[in-house]
Parts: sequence; structure tokens; C-alpha cells
Amino acid sequence: MLQQIGIKDTEQLFDEIPADLRIDHFDSVPDALGEAAVIRLMRSRAAADGDAISFIGAGAYEHHIPAVVWDIATRGEFYSAYTPYQAEASQGTLQVIYEYQSMMAGLTGLDVANASLYDGATAFAEACLMAVRANRKSKSRKILVSRSVHPVYRQVAAGIVRGQGIELVELSLKDGCTDLTALKAFDGEDFAAICIQQPTFLGTLEDVDALTNWAHERTMFVVAICNPMTLSVLTPPGLWGDEGADIACGEGQPMGIPVSSGGPYFGYMVCRQAIVRQMPGRIVGRTVDLDGKPGFTLTLQAREQHIRRSKATSNICTNQGLMVTAATIYMSLLGSEGLRRTALQCHENTRSLAYRLAELEGISVAYDMFFHEAVLQLDRPVQPVIDALSQQNILAGYDLSATYPELGNALLVCATDARTEEDMDLFVAIMTAVLGQSEAA
Amino acid sequence: MTEAIIFELSEPGRRAANHAPAKEPSHALPAQFLRQDPPLLPEVSELQVVRHFTRLSQQNFSIDTHFYPLGSCTMKYNPKVCNQLAMLPEFTARHPLGSTEHAQGFMECMFELQEMLKAVTGMSAISLTPMAGAQGEYAGVAMIRAYHEARGDHERREIIVPDAAHGTNPATATMCGCVAVEIPTRPDGDVDMDALRNAVGPQTAGIMLTNPSTLGVFERQISEIAEIVHEAGGLLYYDGANLNAILGRALPGDMGFDVIHINLHKTFSTPHGGGGPGSGVVGVNPRLEPFLPIPMVGKREGDSASPYVWLTESDRPQSIGRLSTFMGNAGILLRAYIYMRLLGAEGMRRVSEYATLNANYLMTVLAAAGFEIAFPQRRASHEFIISLKQITRETGISAMDFAKALLDRGFHAPTTYFPLLVPECLLIEPTETETKKELDAFASAMIEIRDQAHESPQAIKDAPLTTPVRRLDDVRAARQLDLVWKPASELSE
Repeated sequence: MLQQIGIKDTEQLFDEIPADLRIDHFDSVPDALGEAAVIRLMRSRAAADGDAISFIGAGAYEHHIPAVVWDIATRGEFYSAYTPYQAEASQGTLQVIYEYQSMMAGLTGLDVANASLYDGATAFAEACLMAVRANRKSKSRKILVSRSVHPVYRQVAAGIVRGQGIELVELSLKDGCTDLTALKAFDGEDFAAICIQQPTFLGTLEDVDALTNWAHERTMFVVAICNPMTLSVLTPPGLWGDEGADIACGEGQPMGIPVSSGGPYFGYMVCRQAIVRQMPGRIVGRTVDLDGKPGFTLTLQAREQHIRRSKATSNICTNQGLMVTAATIYMSLLGSEGLRRTALQCHENTRSLAYRLAELEGISVAYDMFFHEAVLQLDRPVQPVIDALSQQNILAGYDLSATYPELGNALLVCATDARTEEDMDLFVAIMTAVLGQSEAA
Repeated sequence: MTEAIIFELSEPGRRAANHAPAKEPSHALPAQFLRQDPPLLPEVSELQVVRHFTRLSQQNFSIDTHFYPLGSCTMKYNPKVCNQLAMLPEFTARHPLGSTEHAQGFMECMFELQEMLKAVTGMSAISLTPMAGAQGEYAGVAMIRAYHEARGDHERREIIVPDAAHGTNPATATMCGCVAVEIPTRPDGDVDMDALRNAVGPQTAGIMLTNPSTLGVFERQISEIAEIVHEAGGLLYYDGANLNAILGRALPGDMGFDVIHINLHKTFSTPHGGGGPGSGVVGVNPRLEPFLPIPMVGKREGDSASPYVWLTESDRPQSIGRLSTFMGNAGILLRAYIYMRLLGAEGMRRVSEYATLNANYLMTVLAAAGFEIAFPQRRASHEFIISLKQITRETGISAMDFAKALLDRGFHAPTTYFPLLVPECLLIEPTETETKKELDAFASAMIEIRDQAHESPQAIKDAPLTTPVRRLDDVRAARQLDLVWKPASELSE
């Protein structure tokens, strides 16, 4: 090979790099490990993480994942393929995305989905940008966002939209939901959109019909943020109010993706047909080949950065293809009945857990209407309680006191279908001990 | 071998029953919140699901099945063990908000990954949160803006981008509220320095460069470019798309770059997954450190049982903030960590050695066979460009036709029509994990296609014939949008 190239040694391959920039070794990078050694190393690291029982939700939910999902998603043909730019050689990936788009449209009751975005927070940020672009009836670069939307989604979106001069204006809460009486203050003011999460970050249920109609009467777009698992039970965004939400988005993780330290997950986005040309990210369409046979291809690419460059709808290039593949397999296995039962099992478990804990002195349930997360009011600071339970291998929930100081000592708990009766018995028993009460109390 | 749409396999009431509660759960949710009709999802058995998606997978080209020389994408082998270990149950079950004492194993990996990435880039600090190259770019330009703002330098809004740049570069500038200013490339592939000198000024926020560039050559004037941009008060952004070519040979930090993103799904072999997830971690030099996105992993001195801690808002008040709900594509970061430990310091230097050897070998073989090399006087990096414009002129066979004919010969096509500067181009990146035999077979296929282009061009225009479908009607796809499956009953309405 060297002879073919016309060089004496491989060092010459780098002869265009100026001499003063060349290095001949790395500082502080360890030596190679054999595969067996790497396996030992990673097993010991995994063991150090342990196997705590989690009652945390707050945007990531542990559900049963059928063995089929990752067995097939990690087949080399899916795992090691790239973006389906050569459509004829990527029909597998393309058809999976088309089926995924169809399933997301079904779940949300809206018309068209894209091939996914990075995660829930960035999907929300992209939905805000899209609403400003797509709402031709509003000139505003301001968006109303309920305080019941995931606090990190709001934080991430505020940062991303700021660069384009867009401002998020907060709607306050009453009893864990958007305060409908406080909307009056915004009458007569132009906003591009209102953003509503259902179920809310606090697990509560919003009056989405009233909010949607209020916004549409004022030419605002409605951006819905929903956990797709709950959409097998709750009214889909496409049917909110009289006209339905305009854009739905959120975190796709509950559809067959493990919680795995926060990623990789995928963000989903679905919208009305009329505004599809303002949607960011890849979209797959069905068409025909030269012989008239049906096939799939990336479409509406004129929106995207590799064509439009600085005028693209977004700088996004990557999607979360492998996660979408897993989610499509998951949704196919569960079907609407399987999703509905799983979602309701989470609801039943969380209700059971919350009211059992509320029998303890010093704990009460803050809001009675919730889906599969509940706010518990404690009579003492939350973090020390979480720490004490963590010592006993229980992850008790999410401490709300930093992001919702107005709620006082509040703990957000979640018991999904992955939690058993025994897990919940253990949680209650250890919480009882931590609060300094006897089992019988 | 068309595979039915999964909805077409559906039978009412059929389901893979053992994945959901057998007993109907109880609830007390008021009717006003409930959906009336179930969502349209397939109703199929587990075996139907397994067969359907297995068959779909078989309709893909992938690294595991085909040579995949897709330029600028670094389609190298993804070691199986990286996936297997990243999916150990303790890692997949760890909730991102779980307490740090139940995360020390994971966090130790992340801390060491930060340290190794510092060493291989020459930067002083790393944040792992960006979830793809484009988000890394976003973070980088946002940090550049934050840096100027913090100095009270509010007028710097221009980001200089060479015309050969990846489309995400100018799109990122726009997303960050900046204006992209394109500068031309000289015929030898390096940046036009006069154009650069004319472009910089008090309005310059920075420059985004890929080095080696998307033209497959090392930018030799990089130190001078750094001097010009820094002198004008701007900063240098390194797009790490092509880091594979210089791994262990030169450090972006030494070249004068202030901020860099690294595509872990390219250089560090995390899977491409049919278009993602990626990972676009960012590194900076000391002047940009305060602005890095959070969270990052820190290590406490002393002999605490839980030395690894998250660095968040309170530790890093000047940060540009969070870019994801939790901490980015954690599982992908684990795969990159495992890959780096497998290779070690010497193995990573072999990456650039063999990637560059393979590219230069294939380039010279194709050149000897008469193909037009875009930059024949230059050494190739880990990829190179050929232009087919003469063949197109003579035979009417375009770069796209060539790409399709390669599919029929069992090779994934190289990148076509990028970079935009070179007409009828193929950007070819063989990567370090291919054998000489594979490269020779690819070269033979290229020669065969060229010969056929002259002898029977129609045969090439008809390609591909061996794939599940032939060329698709893209115009129809965009005009008669069919993005969602609908049952026949709804379509006839």
C-alpha cells in the first residue's frame, strides 16, 4: 500500500501537518485493555451503581421493556446503518420511521410526525421556535408557558429561543394546575402560542379544553407537551378544545427506552398538516419507484440545513433513529390495549403508594387528581428524607423545593408498572422508620 | 420483497398479551379527561413483530453487512462489546435523578471520559451534554457569544464559515442569533487568506473550521488563521467532524482553537443507529471554561466514598445552561468510553494511521485508473473527493447514477454532491477498519461502472436493480404527501 501511494512509511501520510503542530504520543491516556479486561472493568463500575429501587419519575419513567425490543433494535442492520440518504439501500430504516410517524399521529390525534428530535426538552424548544414561524396571525415573539411544564424543559427552551429573540412568559399555578383566573391579565396582548403539559410535571391534570379554546380565541397556537404513554388513556392533543392543539411534542422515552442515566432518549413532534413545512427534522414519505412499486424516502428536505444552510428551519441533522426503532417495536408489541393497561397500572400503583404514605404522620397528598405522579407534602425538609432512604437503597422521588419553592416541603413520587407490591411495602416501611414512627402507627 | 406496513398485519383484538398487566387496573379518572376512541396502533402477535422488524432490518445496508464509505460520516466498525457493556442492567436501570452514591460507577466512567477527551484534543475542559454534532455546534457558538457578552462586547454577531463547510455550520450561526459570512476556498483546498483578512473586524464573533476540511485536506495555514482571527478579537471554533484523521497526530488545542465539538459517533465509534443518537461533546480552552453547558462531572479530593459529583448551576453560574432534560446521551457516552479504553493511547494513534493509509491508498488506485481527483497535488486526510464531471459530460452518467450502480455491486455509496464546491463529486471515506481487499474490490467496481457508462449507459441509469426498490419518485413524495398510514376505509372517504 505504501508503494502504491509512493511513500516510505506511514509517518509521511501526515507530512502536510506543520511540524510545530505534530505530536508523537498522548499524555495521560491509559494503555489499551483487552476485551476481557474491559468486561471486568465495566462490570465492576456497574456494580458500583448498585440496584436501588426507584420511585422517581420527573420526566423519565421505568417501564417493563419486552426482550424483543432491544434484541431487534440492536441488530447490526439497524444499529450500524446511517441516515437513509440512499433510500434504495435503507428501506428498512425508512419504513420503520414511516410506521413510527403513523403511530405517533394515532396517539396524539394530530396529522403528521417527524422522525424525532433529541429529547423532550429540545423537542419543546423546537416546538416553540416552530410556533413562532408557523403562526402567521401573530407577530409576537413571546410565548406563554405554564409553570406546570417540566422546569428543565422551560430552562432549556428559554436558552435556545433567546438566541432568536423569543421570550417565554410564565403562567402561574393554582392547586397544581395553570391558574385559569390569572389568564385575564394577558387579555389583549399578542402571543404566538401557549404551552400546556398534560399530565403536568406535578402529575396533575389540566383543563386542557378551556386553555385551548382560550388561546385559539386569541389567535395563539397551542403547543401540547404529553407523555405518549398517557395518551392511550387521556384525550389526545388533536381533540383538545374545539379545534385541537396545533403542535404536540414531548419525551418518547416511556415507549421502550430504558431510563439509562438520562439518555439516549428521543423527542417526538407531531403537528397539523397545514404547518408541516415549518416542522424541523427529518420526515419520511411513501412514494413509488420506477416500476410503480411502493417505497419510502426522506421528503420535504428543502426545510433542512444540508439544503437551506443558514435559512433552514433548524440546525438539526441527527435524529434519534435507533430509539425510534425501539419505540416502534415497543408500540407494535403493546398495541393500544397494552399501552392503556400499562398506563393505568402506573396510575393505580402511584395512587396506592401515595395514599399509603399519606397515612403516616407528617405526609399528605397535595392534589387528589393526578395521573401517575403525586406531590406529597412533608412536615420537614425533603432532601434529608431522600438521603436517608437512599442509604437504604430506595430512591424516594424528586425534591420539588428548588424548582417549586412555593410548594414548601414537597416530594414528587412515581410508581410505574415496574414497581411491585413488595417494592412499595419496602418503601412504606423504610419511610416509616425514617420519619421515626413505628410500623403500626 | 416488499414488506407489508405493520398496520396491514393487524387483526382486531390480537396482542402480545404478556407485556402488560393481565388484570384491568382500577382508576377513578373523570370522563372529561379520557379519550373516547383508542389510538390506531397495530394489533399483532409477538412473532409477527419479530418477523416484520427482522425483515425490515434486512432491507438496510449497514456497516455490519456492507462497505460503507460515506464521506464525512466515519462509518467504522462499532465493536459489539461496547454495546453489550453499556446495556448492563445496572446502567440501563439507573434513573438520571438518582442520588450520586448510587451512580459512582457511571460517574467515574464519565469523569475519565472527560479527562481522556481533554488529552486527545488539547483542550482544558470538556462538557459531555450535547446530544449531536449540531447541538455541540450550538453550544460552541453560544459560548462564543456568552464570552463576548461577558466582556461587554455586544456587536460581535458575525460567524465566518468557509464555503466548503457542513450545512449545520451556517444553520447553527442563525440559531444562535448570529449571521453566517461565507469565505471562499482557494483551488488548492486551503482557505483564501485575503478573503479572511477582509472578512474579519470588530463585528467578528468567530470562525468555524473543520480541519482537515470537508475537502479532505489539512488546512496548512491554520496557525496564521488563528492569529488573524484572534487579532481581530474573534474566537476559533473547531468542528470535530474529521478528528479521526488526526487522532494522535496533532491537537486542535495546539492549532489555536478556543472551542471544539467532537462527534463521538464518528471518531469514537458509537453507533449511527439509522440516523442517531449521536453525541457532540464540547471542549474549550481556559477562557471559555466558565461558559460550558451543564451538568458536568467533578471529582472531590479526599477519600469520600462518593468522590464524583455533578457540577450544576450553583457551581458554574456563567454556564450557557442546560441543553437536555438530564445529561445528554449518557448511554452513548458510555459506549465511547469503552471504545477508548479498548484502544488505549497507541490504539487511538493507529486509528488515524490506518484511516489515512486506507484513504490515500484508495485515492492513488483510483487516480491510476484515470479518475479525476479533486485535489491531486494534496495528501488526502482520512477521505478524498473524486469529480466525475468529465464522465458526466461524455456519457451523461452523473455522480448519483454512480452511487446507485455501486449499490448493485454491494457497496454503500460514498457521499454525493457534498461538498457543494466540486461538481459531480463523490466524497469517499473508507475508515481504518477496512481491509486492502475490500478497498481493491471497491476500486474494481468503480472502474467497472465507468466502463459500463461508456458502453451501455442505460444500464447504469437503470440501477439499482438488486435493492428492495428501484429509484424512488422524490417529486411525487414531496407533492403528494403520504407521511402517515391510513386504513383503506379512511382513504376512500
